[in-house]
Amino acid sequence: MDSAIQDKAAGGTQPAAAKAVLEVEGLKTYFFVRQGVVKAVDDISFSLAAGEKLAIVGESGCGKSMTALSILRLVPDPPGRIVAGSVRLDGRDLLTLSDADMRRIRGNQISMIFQEPMTSLNPVWSIGNQISEALMLHQNLSRQDAFDKSVEMLKLVKIPEPARRAREYPHQLSGGMRQRAMTAMALACNPHVLLADEPTTALDVTIQAQILDLILELQERLGTAVVLITHDLGVVAETAQRVIVMYGGKKVEEAPVVELFEAPLHPYTQGLLAAVPHLAAMSGLAPAQSRLKEIPGIVPALVNLPKGCTFAPRCPFASDVCRNEFPPYETKQPGHSVACWHADALLGGRHA
Amino acid sequence: MPDGVLENPAATVGVPVLEVRDLKKHFPVRKGLLRSVTGHVYAVDGVSFSIARGQTLGLVGESGCGKSTVARAVIRLIEPTSGEVRILGRDILSLNKEEMRASRRQAQIIFQDPFSSLNPRMSAGEIVGEPLLVHHTGSNKERQEKVAALFDRVGLRASQMNSLPHQFSGGQRQRIGIARALALDPQLIIGDEPVSALDVSIQAQVINLLMDLQAEKNLSYLFIAHDLAVVEHISHRVAVMYLGRIVEHAEKRALFANPQHPYTEALLSAVPVPNPRLKRQKRLVQGDVPSPINPPPGCHFHTRCPYATEQCKRDVPPLVEVAADHWAACHLRKPLPASVLSDAGD
Repeated sequence: MDSAIQDKAAGGTQPAAAKAVLEVEGLKTYFFVRQGVVKAVDDISFSLAAGEKLAIVGESGCGKSMTALSILRLVPDPPGRIVAGSVRLDGRDLLTLSDADMRRIRGNQISMIFQEPMTSLNPVWSIGNQISEALMLHQNLSRQDAFDKSVEMLKLVKIPEPARRAREYPHQLSGGMRQRAMTAMALACNPHVLLADEPTTALDVTIQAQILDLILELQERLGTAVVLITHDLGVVAETAQRVIVMYGGKKVEEAPVVELFEAPLHPYTQGLLAAVPHLAAMSGLAPAQSRLKEIPGIVPALVNLPKGCTFAPRCPFASDVCRNEFPPYETKQPGHSVACWHADALLGGRHA
Repeated sequence: MPDGVLENPAATVGVPVLEVRDLKKHFPVRKGLLRSVTGHVYAVDGVSFSIARGQTLGLVGESGCGKSTVARAVIRLIEPTSGEVRILGRDILSLNKEEMRASRRQAQIIFQDPFSSLNPRMSAGEIVGEPLLVHHTGSNKERQEKVAALFDRVGLRASQMNSLPHQFSGGQRQRIGIARALALDPQLIIGDEPVSALDVSIQAQVINLLMDLQAEKNLSYLFIAHDLAVVEHISHRVAVMYLGRIVEHAEKRALFANPQHPYTEALLSAVPVPNPRLKRQKRLVQGDVPSPINPPPGCHFHTRCPYATEQCKRDVPPLVEVAADHWAACHLRKPLPASVLSDAGD
């Protein structure tokens, strides 16, 4: 147990020298709809080091998926548009590239795994052909070579009888198998960055465990940096080194994983952690109280958000300043930043 | 005098609120032009359990294990193939349509999806009041008052009674579903994944509401979910299903602390734990859940079980009491000797 703790702690702090493969700065993706402007992604900045595992966590509608789609420039336009910011992959700003240049990068240097493998795989193409497509496009392989490489990829993601499965269609595969095929497709061109959007949410828990193990194993083996988007704090704790918490289109907290779970600074993060029931027998934590901690109120609609902190209407610490102005991001501990007017008081309260 | 049973709950003290014996539901698989039956989906294949007053039984399992079919079969939303279902001691499978409708006052259901389980053209007040109307309860005014009281109890504003479902958030819609289930003051509420579609912060609100209501009204719950942590939190007893059968059944602390069936063990080890300092669990099972159309012979779990023996591939293990009040269906667990059991029973 002790060695496990040390391993995790060592992995949790990023060496300052590690080069960033992905740098997102001031990203804003707005949707212009009849009811007004939906600020789906509102001023998101983060960087991802080579080989790092970063999790973006939040509830539905917080903008986490839209952040990933914005990075890949897959925002449905209209009504959506990236209105500001930059996304630099290996130093190159993706937002200024032509569509043709962007196509050369997507699926090649950066790729994505989606939540529902049944709807994101093409039902009329065999699995092998779908993986081949990226290889032929990006690596100039011949049809036969690409297909052979596809079979190799299916073997890598531990699909039994890969040569036979490569000729099958998505409906012939189970949910877990489809997600493996999707992972094979995403990793076929050995991308520097893999965006995984709720890759295990639609899967059963025993299958989820297998897929997470697979993604982590390949991530380590191939040195791919991973952005894992999820709502499941258990998945975050088991996979990520660093975590970004989003709420209402904004980043509210960012911290190394152990620190986020043990010393969360934002009232929303604190509320979220207290609201999750956990398996007392497995987690080594005390059994949850007979009542779960609730976060009162509802997740806000992103249309015409009021000014001020988006969490203020549900926050037990909200004051006038919270309702009038969104708080600045401030680094409170090394690697741990938060956007909350009362973070100092909350931090002080803990240390007192 | 079945009506006497319905109207005098005091007469039924000690009788389980829900008792299910050897429940089976087999769906025919039809193929070809003549739609001839080529096989069966053994969705529920001999399930037995009971729920005492004021207790919650959590029914867990992965998709396709038959837990939702159990939920629907015990109130005859789908007709069971065979077996016995008793609600407050009364066998409901022998009831005719009219009697069944009357007995539904005792058992209500909350569905998973708060979007598709509410009629989009009815106002929230009409949805909650409909059970009262169907069962001819009270005058118009009394019904209005009852609906208003229910709104208040589940944390909605009475002023929202005229709003349509789409005007509510997911969590609020689930509150409407709960209010509807409570309208007839049932003894038993079946929750088919009632919190699975909700965000974490909203899920906690709904779980707390369900637990408060249970304490207040001494309700019994059959709580179906795939999230083990939620089940552990809300249940008194837990039953684990795999491919149509219950493989383990015990008081919740015993089941979670000391699982006896390899599948339960595997499920528990697979749950991601929100504690980054813990080492990742060793995964115990590989592979997928087999199809319930042609389930493996013997123990259904033997294809994925790390401990499977020849006997497991051949014989169906019976659900036996392996520790006091702890039941498991596994050839590797020996039943308690009869002497111990009779001692425990005294």
